[in-house]
Amino acid sequence: MKVLRAFLVVLAAIPAAASASEEGYPLQEANADVSNLASLQRGARNFVNYCMGCHSAKYMRFSQLATDLALTEDDVQANLMFVGSRIYDTMDTAMPAEKARQWFGNAPPDLSLIVRSRGADYVYTFLRSFYEDPARPTGVNNAVLPGTAMPHVLAALQGLQRPHFEEEVDADGKKFQRLTGLEPGLPGEMPAATYDSFVRDTVAFLEYVAEPAKAKRLSLGIWVILFLLMFTAFCWFLYKEYWKDVK
Amino acid sequence: MADPNAVTATVRSAGRLARLGAWIDERFPMTSLWKEHVSEYYAPKNFNFWYYFGSIALFVLALQIVTGIFLTMSYKPSATEAFGSVEYIMRDVEWGWLIRYMHSTGASAFFIVVYLHMFRALLYGSHRKPRELLWIFGVLIYLALMAEAFFGYLLPWGNMSYWGAQVIVSLFGTFPLIGDSLIEWIRGDYFISDITLNRFFALHVVALPLVLIFLVVAHILALHEVGSNNPDGIEIKKTKGPDGHPLDGIPFHPYYTVKDLFGLSVFLVLFAAVIFFAPEMGGLFLEPPNFEPANALLTPPHIAPVWYFTPYYAILRAVPAFLNTQVWGVLALFAAVLLLFFVPWLDKSAVKSIRYRGPIYKAALMIFAANFIMLGYCGLKPAVAPFTTMSVIGTIIYFAFFLAMPWYTRLDRTKPEPSRVTS
Repeated sequence: MKVLRAFLVVLAAIPAAASASEEGYPLQEANADVSNLASLQRGARNFVNYCMGCHSAKYMRFSQLATDLALTEDDVQANLMFVGSRIYDTMDTAMPAEKARQWFGNAPPDLSLIVRSRGADYVYTFLRSFYEDPARPTGVNNAVLPGTAMPHVLAALQGLQRPHFEEEVDADGKKFQRLTGLEPGLPGEMPAATYDSFVRDTVAFLEYVAEPAKAKRLSLGIWVILFLLMFTAFCWFLYKEYWKDVK
Repeated sequence: MADPNAVTATVRSAGRLARLGAWIDERFPMTSLWKEHVSEYYAPKNFNFWYYFGSIALFVLALQIVTGIFLTMSYKPSATEAFGSVEYIMRDVEWGWLIRYMHSTGASAFFIVVYLHMFRALLYGSHRKPRELLWIFGVLIYLALMAEAFFGYLLPWGNMSYWGAQVIVSLFGTFPLIGDSLIEWIRGDYFISDITLNRFFALHVVALPLVLIFLVVAHILALHEVGSNNPDGIEIKKTKGPDGHPLDGIPFHPYYTVKDLFGLSVFLVLFAAVIFFAPEMGGLFLEPPNFEPANALLTPPHIAPVWYFTPYYAILRAVPAFLNTQVWGVLALFAAVLLLFFVPWLDKSAVKSIRYRGPIYKAALMIFAANFIMLGYCGLKPAVAPFTTMSVIGTIIYFAFFLAMPWYTRLDRTKPEPSRVTS
């Protein structure tokens, strides 16, 4: 038992050590909720209206989306799909990849799994961190992904933020400008709080798209664990019953 | 009760079943196999917590084979289709996400269980005479498992799959003279490509599972030949009762089948908790860059193998290059694994179990286990301070544990072993 206890102490220390933070622009918490249907529906609308012009979600089927987001196929057909696409199609963009490469330098990535590869917080912070930068061809830059080829598609909603730099000295003694924060600049249609919830809905939708089974996984998991706990109790009594005569 | 017709029918069908059994036994050793390996295999009655992991490992192997078969039905081993077919499994195949998570979590669970199983052997001297071959089969299983996991990890064709394979395969390039052609021979191409994916698929789904099953059978046959060790590290076969069975032994079935069933059910609770609530395990079991398709032009910011390889990856990186070659790190990596084969002969202690060993071995084993975990942690991290220094110290401790074993186990002041097992 002593050995076991020592072992468990060491094991318990691993996750804390493994989650040590990485450097970079600090990410803000998305607090997206994949179990909130209304939020997912708004997110789907946002995605189709603002993202799908350039980005695909090529592993996501409209039919699956209709089922999971409690929409009728007609709703989806009328509001979320391009004319001519069918309910079993996947969410492809209308923009040809070849043209996209010519226009932006590289093709906008498929967003099916962006939340799983980068994290919800990353996408949330990215969409909130565009700022004015006349040096860039798009006129904007991004604090999370400096030098991004993506224009600020949501500028009309958010407005245009201004960067705040501070002069710092690096390890070699050279001075450089470090981006320390963003300030409100040209105002957009939405107040900051409205824009944040707009982005949160979109991120929630992308989180759903990255793993459509997630909500089911979480709700089913509780029942599976409960069943297995009962099974464990049953096995414990069976074991005790058989072993009572082992001296 | 007591409908005479029903009773007669029951008796008659039982008789029929017995006759079928006899018919088979005349042609195949069904009953004798069952008796030898299950109902009359006498195991020590004092197994503790550490003895659950053998049967759990067997269960996980079966689970990996069954879930693997179902994954193969929908997976496409092709560089253009592999990544998409995994997403197809996750989205369009009925319960595909569950099967895939069982398989991906099962891979990590397999290593956790096997590491605990191996640690148990070091705790109670289960590798010592007469169980040397049993231990060697076990180490071979561990090696085959590493190969199986490595080949399997390329199959989702994510960017970490791709670059992880790139890094591991390039290790073979450090061998002088033959290095470059050896890499080409492994990849079947000048880079990790569709051809590599196809051969890794063949090795993952056919070759290594066959090797694993063969080795597991050999492992169990060897175990049943010599009999199980126990937490006291004494041989129960030395004290037999008038019936010829060990006094401290109990039949595996039903005693250990029901006990292992309990152990398995606890394992399943934890296993299901990961599958349903943390299938990515914070990026340890499924790594975030692996949700982007393989891209030969885009290196992930930080490449690390999956967690179960990282102790050896840390050893690899800890050894510096000299004489214009990095082969030393690779040799250290192989040596670190191959040393395991020699443990039965490196251990010179008069007793087997940690219960009767002196303070030196107890301390050495605890330091070794903590050090192994520390090395694993270093292997996950980029090669920067303080992890580089920690890796070097960890590597020295790792090798010292084995290479100094003949001396410190002899020096250690052991206690006398009991003649019968204690509780």
